[in-house]
Amino acid sequence: MLAADRAARKSGVVIGMPVAKAQALIPGLAVQDGQPEADRAALERLALWLQQRVSPIVAVDASGKSADGLVLDTTGADHLLGGEATMLRDIVRRLNGSGITARAAVADTLGAAYAVTRTTPGTAIVVPPGEHVATLADMPIAALRLPTNVVAGMADLGLTRVRDLENAPRAPLVLRFGPEITRRLDQAYGRVEEPILPIRPVDPVAVSRNFAEPIAAAETIARYIGKLVPPLCIGLEERGLGARRLDLLLHRVDNAVQAVRLALARPVRDPKHLLRLLSDQIETIEPGFGIERMELIAMLAEPVERRQQVSSLIEEPEADLSGLVDTLANRLGSGALYRVVPVESDVPERSVQRVPPLAPIQDTTWPEGWPRPTRLLPRPEPIETMAMLPDHPPVFFVWRGLRHKVKCADGPERIFGEWWKGDAELTTARDYFRVEDTSGERFWLFRAGDGEHGETGSQRWFLHGLFA
Amino acid sequence: MTAETHKKPGLETLRAAISRLEGQTSRKRATLPFGLAEIDRRLPGGGLTLGALHEIAGGGNDALNAAAAARFAAGIAARTQGQVLWIVTVADLFTPALQQVGLPPSRVLFVESGTDRDVLACFEEGLRHPGLGAVVAEVGRLTMTASRRLQLAAESGGGIGLALRRWRRQRDAADFGQPTASTTRWRVSLLPSAPLPVQGVGESRWLLELIRTRSGESADFEVEVRNGQAGLRIAGSPDKTAGAEANHGDLASVLGHRPAPPRTGRRRASA
Repeated sequence: MLAADRAARKSGVVIGMPVAKAQALIPGLAVQDGQPEADRAALERLALWLQQRVSPIVAVDASGKSADGLVLDTTGADHLLGGEATMLRDIVRRLNGSGITARAAVADTLGAAYAVTRTTPGTAIVVPPGEHVATLADMPIAALRLPTNVVAGMADLGLTRVRDLENAPRAPLVLRFGPEITRRLDQAYGRVEEPILPIRPVDPVAVSRNFAEPIAAAETIARYIGKLVPPLCIGLEERGLGARRLDLLLHRVDNAVQAVRLALARPVRDPKHLLRLLSDQIETIEPGFGIERMELIAMLAEPVERRQQVSSLIEEPEADLSGLVDTLANRLGSGALYRVVPVESDVPERSVQRVPPLAPIQDTTWPEGWPRPTRLLPRPEPIETMAMLPDHPPVFFVWRGLRHKVKCADGPERIFGEWWKGDAELTTARDYFRVEDTSGERFWLFRAGDGEHGETGSQRWFLHGLFA
Repeated sequence: MTAETHKKPGLETLRAAISRLEGQTSRKRATLPFGLAEIDRRLPGGGLTLGALHEIAGGGNDALNAAAAARFAAGIAARTQGQVLWIVTVADLFTPALQQVGLPPSRVLFVESGTDRDVLACFEEGLRHPGLGAVVAEVGRLTMTASRRLQLAAESGGGIGLALRRWRRQRDAADFGQPTASTTRWRVSLLPSAPLPVQGVGESRWLLELIRTRSGESADFEVEVRNGQAGLRIAGSPDKTAGAEANHGDLASVLGHRPAPPRTGRRRASA
């Protein structure tokens, strides 16, 4: 048995069991021949997909018994995807969506992440920086990517946990089981570098340069980036493409690979623009003992669409913002830039929606005539009030510890729940009041409910926005 | 060469040297008038200088929420041409309100950034971009060095830079007293509105303080904001501000819907 699904495992099938035994255990068991080649090809396709989406350094992980996983170097890639935990959850969710059961973990070292994915329950686990030592200590030795006979041999000696192995004298163990055992241990603890050789897409537009002497100074790196970009742009132009994702891979002397990834809002092959974006990222590069090879790959390239510019004599053409969008998005992450478009909803917090910055501009607008506050609190804040029922504004209210006496008010503007969103909103209503206090400050208050019927809401008061 | 330049060559070179030292060309900069004679008269050039940094803060309780300041900034940004970059730290700006000031959602590109450092970097990046009409950024601390950089960036880009000062704590608002390189500095405080003859909330009234302006004097204005529209008018003298024929319709267009002024000066500045 090479693999088993959840139902089979529940009925007692264990990986490594002879097929005959499993068939005896479960009558009518569906058995398929193992296809290691096809598995490997599928993993590689998955790796390419992750490479485009998540991080430039992705490889099929064959360090265990068989190729059964993928490794990613997410350094510098996570903040663009909303942090490590969000990134992992997102990956797992997307894989589940395409019918793949996956488990993911992030740790300081590849060995630790491997061990955590295979032993710790949970689908998306983040081991905080520096805590991989403590996490590893309690793991079974089998999690260290060691051959089965070595693990069994150590169990005979009474070594079952990684901690035992760490505390045991090394020389006798190496004599008996070979050097593999200490190498894996050191890799897991991060004492030995473990470079990931990234997978490459088929026939990408790429340029590279080897250095006779390793380079490290920022100016030198900048100069060679300047020499790599123009040939890449020529290569892109020959194919009529523009880069959407551009990876700069820096192979260091110590075998580690560093990656700088650019995400672009539109396909780009303008050398000046790309050079500028890459130069912004130079400060994130850690050259270590030096870089001996630089590689620039257009990981994702799309055809450049030519647009006609307005060439009217009177009107100035609309300025192209994609350059600015790229610069800001590569600094802050793509989620930080957005436009707001109207949504047809009377509930204030639902009437706005964020769209990507270069989404086609719609001409829809919000209905005019209803005063709307300049600031809308992220969530309505409960206030203490005194108000006459059913439809009078409050006489005073207390918000964030300050008492405001209401001088005048407009309202109510009744906004009903959207019954098509769910049964809970079938009867709910909010009564909005615009009030001004004695010092001239203006607020947007609402009462959850219509003031008469209990089913329309809790009849409590909230502050939702600030007018000016 | 004309005879005139031959007459005082020394003076000409001296003038050129001075303008070079001041870091700006001697070309007259284009301005963006408010359309209210009382305010424009106080501003050198008759309006807010384009290609410069201006600071706006809320007064009193509004220093933390900057609701009035944001609306004032939106009114200025609405009168520029081109796209507007709005950099926020807290996502509580309500875009329907911007539309009511005359800034439709299709004109605003938002950037959300967590730290002051990123805000300032984006602010500078936006100001350097020649295609933007205005860049509004909600910043807390603004040092002399940072504001000088922003001012230079605005001069090179040509758009108007509006630093919307917004602090997390009330005591940090004292930072507004520190000197910066901005061209003008405004404080917007809310005043009680004039009582209406009927029940309801009247037009909101602001105390608009021009705290500092380069080569000009500071001044206070009491303005009224027209509900639902973007106009300002000087409070107390509603119908006499911009001449006898100035009616409400005209005044309503003061901040929001007025077509932007001719931009010949801007063209020269970017030539």
